[in-house]
Amino acid sequence: MLAKVYITPKKAILDPQGKAITHSLHTLDYTEVADVRMGKYLEVRLNGMDRGQAEQRVEEMCRRLLANSVIEDFRFELVEE
Amino acid sequence: MKWGVITFPGSLDNYDALYSLETVLGQQVISLWHKDRDLKGVEAVVLPGGFSYGDYLRCGALARFSPVMQSVVEFAHAGGPVLGVCNGFQILCESGLLPGALVRNRSLSFVCQWARIKVETTRTRFSAACHTGEILRIPVKHGEGCYVADEATLQTLEDQGQVVFRYVNEAGTADESSNPNGALHNIAGLTNARGNVVGLMPHPEHAVDSLLGSEDGRKLFSSVFAH
Repeated sequence: MLAKVYITPKKAILDPQGKAITHSLHTLDYTEVADVRMGKYLEVRLNGMDRGQAEQRVEEMCRRLLANSVIEDFRFELVEE
Repeated sequence: MKWGVITFPGSLDNYDALYSLETVLGQQVISLWHKDRDLKGVEAVVLPGGFSYGDYLRCGALARFSPVMQSVVEFAHAGGPVLGVCNGFQILCESGLLPGALVRNRSLSFVCQWARIKVETTRTRFSAACHTGEILRIPVKHGEGCYVADEATLQTLEDQGQVVFRYVNEAGTADESSNPNGALHNIAGLTNARGNVVGLMPHPEHAVDSLLGSEDGRKLFSSVFAH
């Protein structure tokens, strides 16, 4: 089982990297770009788990370590391999 | 007084902290390794600056789960004095010993410069030797020192007097020009409700000798044993 974990800065948190990237895209004439938020993408490979268990364990991993709830949101999807 | 300075893989100001405490301030001090569970009877702990565990995932996120931090958290909960400087401050926030988080400087640039910080409260173990309103000159050097927290947390910090140090200009005003990283409310340093845990981005261990430009950093350390 593979967990694809997406971690993004919370809406209320200023994202200076996203802002700088937006600026660069504008410089390249991609004027349609309204906003960029930069986060992290992790692939977590799990051994011997059913979907229900994996759901619960990955959620816990995100809360305890992978994301910091003060500044980040997370979501994940589980893919059978 | 017996101090412990923690060394994580990637710490880099641990030797300055050891020098400040031992050579400059005449304290007994030992170095503690991140794998130590036993704090060896120290009466105060310093978490130094640097890039513990390479700053992987988030600054301070992995250090939080090191064996020594389990003991430091217990020590702090029992009322022991704990100072976190720069990366040490980030570790304290990640550990939940202090609220909020430190994120990338608003400018996206690493800052290395002198900062003026105003002492907002002397009711902590690391500011007792200062006067309220006193301005200290202490350097900052970091890429991720922008303090953030939600509105409710900021309000609580202000109401309870938990903001210990604030970036200010020469006149003592907390304005944008004196804020090196974009920290909310110009927060440079914080304490917990009990006043025994303090974290700050500026480096008191780099300001203990007039030869290096300032001795103001000494006061944070001497607050613990002289008051």
